[in-house]
Amino acid sequence: MIKSFKRNIKGILIEGMTLSAALLIIAIVVVMVTVIVIGGKDQISWEFLTSFPEDGMTKGGIFPAIYGTALLVIIMSVAAVPFGTITAIYLTEYAKENSIIAKTIRFAVRTLAVIPSIIYGLFGLGFFIKFVGTNVDNTFLGGHLKWGQPNILWASLTMALLTLPVVIVSVEEALKTVPRDLRAASLALGATKWQTIWKVVIPGSISGIMTGTILAVSRGAGEVAPILFTGVAYYVATLPTSFSDQFMVLGYHIYVMTTQSANVDKTMPIQFGTTLVLLALTFILNISAIILRYRIRKKKTD
Amino acid sequence: MTKKTKKAKQSELTDSGLIDITKKKFRWSEYLAEKIIKGTAFLSITIIVLIFFFVFRESMPIFSTAKATAKTEAAMENQAEQETYGDVTDKPKVEDTQETYGEVKDVSATADSTSEAYSVSAGSGFDDNQTALKSILTKDWVPVSQKPRYGIFSLIIGTFKVTIISMLFAAPLAIMAALYTASFAGKRLKEIIKPTIEMLAGFPSVVIGFFALMVMATFLQEIFHYDTRLNSFVGGIAMGIAAIPIIFTITEDALTAVPKTFKEASLALGASKWQTAFFVILPAATPGIFAAVLLGIGRVFGETMIALMATGNAAQMDLNPFTSVRTLAATIGAEMAEVVFGDTHYNVLFLIGSLLFIFTFILNAIAEFYVKGKLMKRIQGK
Repeated sequence: MIKSFKRNIKGILIEGMTLSAALLIIAIVVVMVTVIVIGGKDQISWEFLTSFPEDGMTKGGIFPAIYGTALLVIIMSVAAVPFGTITAIYLTEYAKENSIIAKTIRFAVRTLAVIPSIIYGLFGLGFFIKFVGTNVDNTFLGGHLKWGQPNILWASLTMALLTLPVVIVSVEEALKTVPRDLRAASLALGATKWQTIWKVVIPGSISGIMTGTILAVSRGAGEVAPILFTGVAYYVATLPTSFSDQFMVLGYHIYVMTTQSANVDKTMPIQFGTTLVLLALTFILNISAIILRYRIRKKKTD
Repeated sequence: MTKKTKKAKQSELTDSGLIDITKKKFRWSEYLAEKIIKGTAFLSITIIVLIFFFVFRESMPIFSTAKATAKTEAAMENQAEQETYGDVTDKPKVEDTQETYGEVKDVSATADSTSEAYSVSAGSGFDDNQTALKSILTKDWVPVSQKPRYGIFSLIIGTFKVTIISMLFAAPLAIMAALYTASFAGKRLKEIIKPTIEMLAGFPSVVIGFFALMVMATFLQEIFHYDTRLNSFVGGIAMGIAAIPIIFTITEDALTAVPKTFKEASLALGASKWQTAFFVILPAATPGIFAAVLLGIGRVFGETMIALMATGNAAQMDLNPFTSVRTLAATIGAEMAEVVFGDTHYNVLFLIGSLLFIFTFILNAIAEFYVKGKLMKRIQGK
């Protein structure tokens, strides 16, 4: 009797402890969101979102940062999504599950996913700017410095490398939900393998490709470290118009305003406002990705 | 020749209406599609090789002695920027750093004649690289001064300090939460916990860094009453928050991957729910949990933005959790933008990058091969 009681106490204790751990994590998230929403909500207005910074960034809006972020993720997606999708198609459709090639590629993808983002920044600097850019300048522009310096193209491509694994993993998951029977039916009707993939498999997994894109965009919009020295700028007076321009980004804007600006207290509302915008952006993107993925998984179980 | 006859044969067959169904017809489009897809799939392997090659390549010049740079000039130029280190941190901290810089100046004052000699023979990259290479194993990180020293030892210690603090905070929390979700939670609670943590995984690290810098630092200082507002403790907790989703997700996967038979057997033998969870499921999933912690460490180790914003950024070497530190990744992030391309300092930063890369690569490889093999063996009961 006493023994079982003791046991019960232990059980309750352990369950309570693990529950409080889970609740603590939720509390941290809630507190973080609440603080940022309360601190930033008064700052959000149409003007704040659509105007340029003024008075040495102490007043005005964050339009160039929003624009820069949008441009960055668009160029990034154009580069990352096709490559990621094709890699996923290779892994699910062509490669044999346990072949060395497939295993190596999977390992490479997972490694890409865990490499620190700052390393991508270094790579972007060493490869895109110093190697590709400088060589392009020397061969085509006669040494005139244009591509051999940080710009939005190099930053976007660096970001595309970082988000490649995100795309590959989600697309692969979606491709696997397309039933084997459908493929077999298509092949039995005389379609070739490529025709099957193009006309049956890809349309069947379009929502997975979308999920991957959204997740990649959300990741790309929030990351700062890879673009620190591949193209982002503290302040640019004009919006980027060509690939060789520098640009502003929401995340970097927050970082610079909080750590480098001369008067941190004065710009506090802007900092909170910018953080809220960035958080809301990634939040919306993630929510839609979660909903899409949920629907894919449901389809799989049906 | 042979190709032509083959083609002729094929056309003959189709003309006569007979198709050899046992032989696959060769199609150029199919062949090309497969080759292109295969080639693209190799891209991810190529990228890793390229990353390794280029990050390492830019750090190579330190090891070669025959390099000529106008090093001292660069040092002079950058001298004005010494203050930036202090700016990021809080007031009391600034004093600390200035103290260390003061020391450095004393040293360089005594060695003034030698540094004079440097600036005269500005091209003597030989000595410069020699001293840089020697200073790497010391503890002074003073990249911008008359006599720069690149002792990454203090940076490594700082990084480990932050990593340990963050893991002490995040690992138990995330593992317990995962255990709760996997073994105790009802369906409804599960549907709150999992998406919330998924949400947290989507938080940009700048946002977490901002929260740590603006809110958490003050809050924690009021509780623990330490001097420096931004220190390895605050940074560690903030990075722990960033690592929680990784540890939670992988642990939860590992726990749910434990076969149902384990659980049923344990319950059938009369063990209670918590005993099953604690003594059967948790041990069976330990390799997976180990992998989760490893990947969490990898995340914290390479985290840049939170480190830049919340750790105070002063390269100090002590084991007190409440002093400022400068991590390896933060050093790259903070100094790369101000450095002269091709300079020794630039090369050292790339060397730090190579270290980070190798470290996370090894961590991932361990998590991947060793742990997975073990987990599979254990679950399959071999």
